[in-house]
Amino acid sequence: MNEPLIHVQDLVQRLGSQDILRGLTLDVLPGETLVLLGKSGGGKSVFLRHLVGLMRPISGSIVFEGQEITKLKERELEPVRRKIGMLFQDGALFDSMDVFDNVAFPLRERGERNPAVVREKVAQSLVMVNMTGHDKKMPANLSGGMRKRVALARAIISPPDVILYDEPTAGLDPIVSDSINRLIRRLQRQLNVTSLVVTHDMTSCNHVADRVALLDEGRIRFLGTTSDLRDARDPVVRDFVDGRSGETVY
Amino acid sequence: MPAILNGLFFPFLTFLGELAVLAGETLSSIAHGRVRVWLTLRQIAEVGFGSQLVVVVTGAFTGAVFTAQAYFQFAALNMETAVGPVVALSMFRELGPALTGLMVAGRVGAAMTAEIGTMKVTQQIDALRALAVNPIDYLVVPRALAMFISMPLLVVECVGLGVLASYYVGVHVLNINGVYFFANVQKWTQWSDIMMSLIKGFVFGGLIVFISCREGLQAKDGAVGVGRATTATVVTSSLALLIFNFFLTMALNIIFPAGHR
Repeated sequence: MNEPLIHVQDLVQRLGSQDILRGLTLDVLPGETLVLLGKSGGGKSVFLRHLVGLMRPISGSIVFEGQEITKLKERELEPVRRKIGMLFQDGALFDSMDVFDNVAFPLRERGERNPAVVREKVAQSLVMVNMTGHDKKMPANLSGGMRKRVALARAIISPPDVILYDEPTAGLDPIVSDSINRLIRRLQRQLNVTSLVVTHDMTSCNHVADRVALLDEGRIRFLGTTSDLRDARDPVVRDFVDGRSGETVY
Repeated sequence: MPAILNGLFFPFLTFLGELAVLAGETLSSIAHGRVRVWLTLRQIAEVGFGSQLVVVVTGAFTGAVFTAQAYFQFAALNMETAVGPVVALSMFRELGPALTGLMVAGRVGAAMTAEIGTMKVTQQIDALRALAVNPIDYLVVPRALAMFISMPLLVVECVGLGVLASYYVGVHVLNINGVYFFANVQKWTQWSDIMMSLIKGFVFGGLIVFISCREGLQAKDGAVGVGRATTATVVTSSLALLIFNFFLTMALNIIFPAGHR
């Protein structure tokens, strides 16, 4: 069996009086697309933020490529962050820059000063996410799906080892969602990256996942393939897969 | 008593601590050469060039009105020619730096907080961090350098226009003898007064930029939170500036004593 690229052990996080993560343990294998399912507000995005050092856990460890990252200082995290691309839920594009400058941002920040190289790499990234011809638009003038595509282009312009997707299809219509799902699959093939997709969208899960984990009450309740998920008998897993709230309608 | 401690004293200590940490990290970044020249130049244009109108109007009309008021008092004592040095010294030592600081806190400080605060609540600062870009280096350092460079120059501009306006109103409107006015201003204004003005401008620039950036970086709860942070910046910067001005005046007066020697 492959050594995990990311090994998360007993991660605990509390926000205010609410326990968000209660000892989450999970391995992400190199090259796979792992989908993390869970209820809205269940701590999926919080977990994702820990993987890139945007939040520090109360306890537990995250080992990325053999290095424990939860104790690293902000500047020590920078080399780790260069290997991880993150797609935020709303894209988090820089609203003072146009599409071109947003996508070029990581390149320029990593010292690329040759305008021809920057132009070529931005063009390549925009082709990959099917956003050619939109490079002069401002983020405010893009639709939700386009913003996510541009954010993805920004995340992959310096090819990362891992891409973290935070609710990539949330708020999108089924057709745009499908195009984003195909994009995730295509990027994994073309860039050979490891992907961790946080979502509550079962269609997206079935489309992109190699393995699926279900987060419930701050812990991993289920881990397996999509067919394991379909056959699961655990009532909590079944309710999620079948979309049952358990509430009675009066 | 514990309620006062919890409600006012501890938050105030926390605020001072956060301000000190932010200032420390910013100065450390500057010392390590983590300076983005293009962003700093853009901020200098924003802070310096963008503040021209408020600084020019504030300096000129403060000098003019102060001259008129001083003339009305001094004329009764036949001391009209003392109006020039009184206005010049007041502008250099107190009014120029304080008024410029208050104007810049309102115009530039509020804009800095609003911009950084909006970036915070829309996850753009998280995106910066996720892209391995330190937000202090990218957002605070250029603004701090711009303020440190621009504020002393803006203070000089404010004071200069105040003295010019004073000369115009005193000599051309109130008929003070121009030769005596100018000679007295020259006689009573020392290099130490100019130094005091520049030092105050520099310190106030630091106060404004660190308070503004701290409020922006701490903003939360969406648009309402950004509005709250922006208001807090203007109020806190203005109060801090006025309070700090007193202690700075006392300290600088030891180094640069007032009066003709």
